[in-house]
Amino acid sequence: MLDSLYQTLIYDNRYLYFLEGLKNTLIIAFFAVILGIIIGIIISLIRNYHDKTNKLKILNFLAKCYVNIIRGTPVILQLMIIYYVIFASVDINIIIVGILAFGINSGAYVSEIIRAGINSIDKGQLEAGYSLGLNYSKIMRFIIFPQAIKNILPALGNEFITLLKETSVGAYIGIVELTKASDIIASRTYDYFLPLIVVAIIYLLLTIVLSKLVNLMERKLDNVSS
Amino acid sequence: MLVVKNLSKRFGKTTVLKNINLVVNKKDRVAIIGSSGCGKSTLLRCINQIETPSDGKVLFEGIPLNDKETDINKIRIKMGMVFQQFNLFPHLKVIDNIILAPVKLGILKKDEAIKKAKELLNKIGLSEKINNYPKELSGGQMQRVAIIRALMLDPELMMFDEPTSALDPKMKLEVLDLMKDLGKTGLTMIVVTHEMQFVKDFANRVIFMENGEIIEEGSPKDIFNNPKSKELKEFLENICI
Ligand SMILES: Nc1ncnc2c1ncn2[C@@H]1O[C@H](COP(=O)(O)OP(=O)(O)OP(=O)(O)O)[C@@H](O)[C@H]1O
Ligand SMILES: [Mg+2]
Repeated sequence: MLDSLYQTLIYDNRYLYFLEGLKNTLIIAFFAVILGIIIGIIISLIRNYHDKTNKLKILNFLAKCYVNIIRGTPVILQLMIIYYVIFASVDINIIIVGILAFGINSGAYVSEIIRAGINSIDKGQLEAGYSLGLNYSKIMRFIIFPQAIKNILPALGNEFITLLKETSVGAYIGIVELTKASDIIASRTYDYFLPLIVVAIIYLLLTIVLSKLVNLMERKLDNVSS
Repeated sequence: MLVVKNLSKRFGKTTVLKNINLVVNKKDRVAIIGSSGCGKSTLLRCINQIETPSDGKVLFEGIPLNDKETDINKIRIKMGMVFQQFNLFPHLKVIDNIILAPVKLGILKKDEAIKKAKELLNKIGLSEKINNYPKELSGGQMQRVAIIRALMLDPELMMFDEPTSALDPKMKLEVLDLMKDLGKTGLTMIVVTHEMQFVKDFANRVIFMENGEIIEEGSPKDIFNNPKSKELKEFLENICI
């Protein structure tokens, strides 16, 4: 057992693979969620503005298509399409491919999170804003968003946790993230058990800590007067 | 000041307002009465274009409001609206509720707005609530803060949609008294209400609606002592005042 642990982690500085994998997993998840938030805000604003004013019909249609396509197909397929089709003949860092793919994927889910957050706010708030002569963007910025953020932030935290696990799919196109790291080591030690257990523990620790943070955030936001 | 011409509103197939014609002059205190669901709220909401009219025109000081060329946000500054559910902004303190619009619209600087807000709060005896959140106020206090919030923009017309329906009797009085005071200052007001005693004391004109139409219109005396239409007679009997 000890020997196998030694083989998995210490020999040949193999722990470095895990560190490299952890680093890439975190980098991809972090930047993907940022990209997802940017896309999500744009998409949800287009759709909400359309719902409220019936303008931006074409953009709204495209936004809806995007959300449906992303949510209706497996992420691994999206990743493969982006890597093997869209960037087929482009020399591009594979980590960036991962960030793009997972970010574009996440954007669809984030847009739904933000939409739900905005829709949870009583429509009397929008009407009160209008009746005071404020325009849509000011109402969003100063009235709706500050209230919706309470529902949105914890959900975004959960989205980050989901994404963190989902990046393991990146192993399929050769991104050396956590799961791939264990695979690489297993192929050297001819032992799958320990490397897989090690990454499982790392994932677990990450998600447990992050869930705790999300819970903490939820409680903090709840305390802020509602 | 306000002219409503042949206004109709449909939601899908149901017609909620039929061919409404209405003129409101400066300093008018108009009360709109009628049974639940007859379209009173929808009429107010069509006037300030929160709801888009299906047909007809709304003119405010000669400006057509349901016209694409009109910057409706500018007009709404001059038309305050007070809602049944108050619609204060729960994430903002009383003071920030009140100064939000004038500051963000660039009408007042923040310190000017705070000064004005304090004066108004003082007038209604709510100075000590300035840093409270709406949920820490009683219903009557919330509604009076909502009224002040609208007054900050110096509106030329104020519309009230059942401002006291969500309040218990004691709180009703404090809100109705404030509205009477506003009427005395010469502010033009349109009030949808079920408080008939208030209508008698307050309004100079009463409009009775039924089924999306204006059935009868006149002074409080005409309406309450001399109802002409069968609908109004029935309505007055049912509320037995
Ligand atoms: N957004 C909407 N979509 C569909 N129907 C609506 C909508 N808003 C109002 N209505 C309908 O229009 C009719 C008139 O509603 P409105 O709220 O104007 O009545 P009201 O006279 O204000 O009644 P109350 O005294 O109960 O407030 C009602 O039958 C209502 O169901
Ligand atoms: Mg109503």
